[in-house]
Amino acid sequence: MSHLPSLFLTFSLLSLLAVGGGTAVLPEMQTLLSQNFGISHTQFIHIYSFGQIAPGPNMLMVLVIGFQVAGSLGAAVVLFSFFLPSSVLCLYAGRLWERFGESPWRRSVQDALEPISIGLMASGVYAVAKASIVSPITLILALITLFLILKTKINPVFVILGSGLVGLIALKFL
Amino acid sequence: MAELAVTDQPNPVTLKDLFVQFFIIGAISFGGGIVAYERILLVEKRKWLTADEFMAFLAISQTMPGLNSVNLAVLAGDLLRGKLGALIAVLGLIIPGSIFVLALGLLYSENSNHPMANFLLMGVAASACGLLAAITYRIGDDNWKHFKSVAIIVVTFCLMSIAKLALPLVLLIMAPVAIYLYRPGKSL
Repeated sequence: MSHLPSLFLTFSLLSLLAVGGGTAVLPEMQTLLSQNFGISHTQFIHIYSFGQIAPGPNMLMVLVIGFQVAGSLGAAVVLFSFFLPSSVLCLYAGRLWERFGESPWRRSVQDALEPISIGLMASGVYAVAKASIVSPITLILALITLFLILKTKINPVFVILGSGLVGLIALKFL
Repeated sequence: MAELAVTDQPNPVTLKDLFVQFFIIGAISFGGGIVAYERILLVEKRKWLTADEFMAFLAISQTMPGLNSVNLAVLAGDLLRGKLGALIAVLGLIIPGSIFVLALGLLYSENSNHPMANFLLMGVAASACGLLAAITYRIGDDNWKHFKSVAIIVVTFCLMSIAKLALPLVLLIMAPVAIYLYRPGKSL
């Protein structure tokens, strides 16, 4: 029970910081979760993988974190605190945006935030890589995926599930 | 139906339809690309938004914190049916995936020490990392081609991953600098 207020605050903060989407907050999330709730990097990366397999936004995996920390109530608190603050902000921003129309500053803010969010996404990739690339096989799987996604139109979920199977066979028998 | 008869809306959208349509997206969008499904629904399938309106909404979604796909659902739902519409659209979008991840989470908490589960998840995580790198590269698009944007990307990355500053601090430093660099009248 004592974890619920802390879960609420952690995920509300992450919600409002997620400029450019969920990937941008991955490193911060990893740090906060290990500090506040003792979730190891390996556990985090396992839970992160669930989001990749499931339909809908990948970041729904935060519900599993809530569930791991404080059961069903934890999942509900995380759902509420991760999605509500940013959604309310976006709703009012959308209404304001309509009113201010074509201010040149609108373009400036948008252009300025783009490279920042890409830099943060790159940090997200780095954080996931540090925890998930732990052997030559995992490195090869990551590179093959990168290649397939950039060069073909294959649905990522097939690549990810295939990679899971390869991992299962390779890591078990090698 | 009585409610629809008294409004002069050319395209009355029922809350039920809004929910069902976003629920379908939430249930079939395996492997990401949700924004693309949303565009198909909103602009092509139901014509609830014009292509221009969609682009404006996408820009707001990307600029504001939060997931782009969820923010788009908020804005489209609000335009069509107000605050309740926004709530209904978001719920439709996230309910299927939520049930899916929680089911996986339940399995995981029962078998997390199983070596098979570990091997499988390590393979998935490695691949997810490659996927994330590809998406980041692709979203970066033109930003990789200009010195100014590459410099901001690199500095942001270094502050976050190498200097290990907290995210709010990184934003507090980088946002004013970047907005100054992109102030009106400046070219890319």
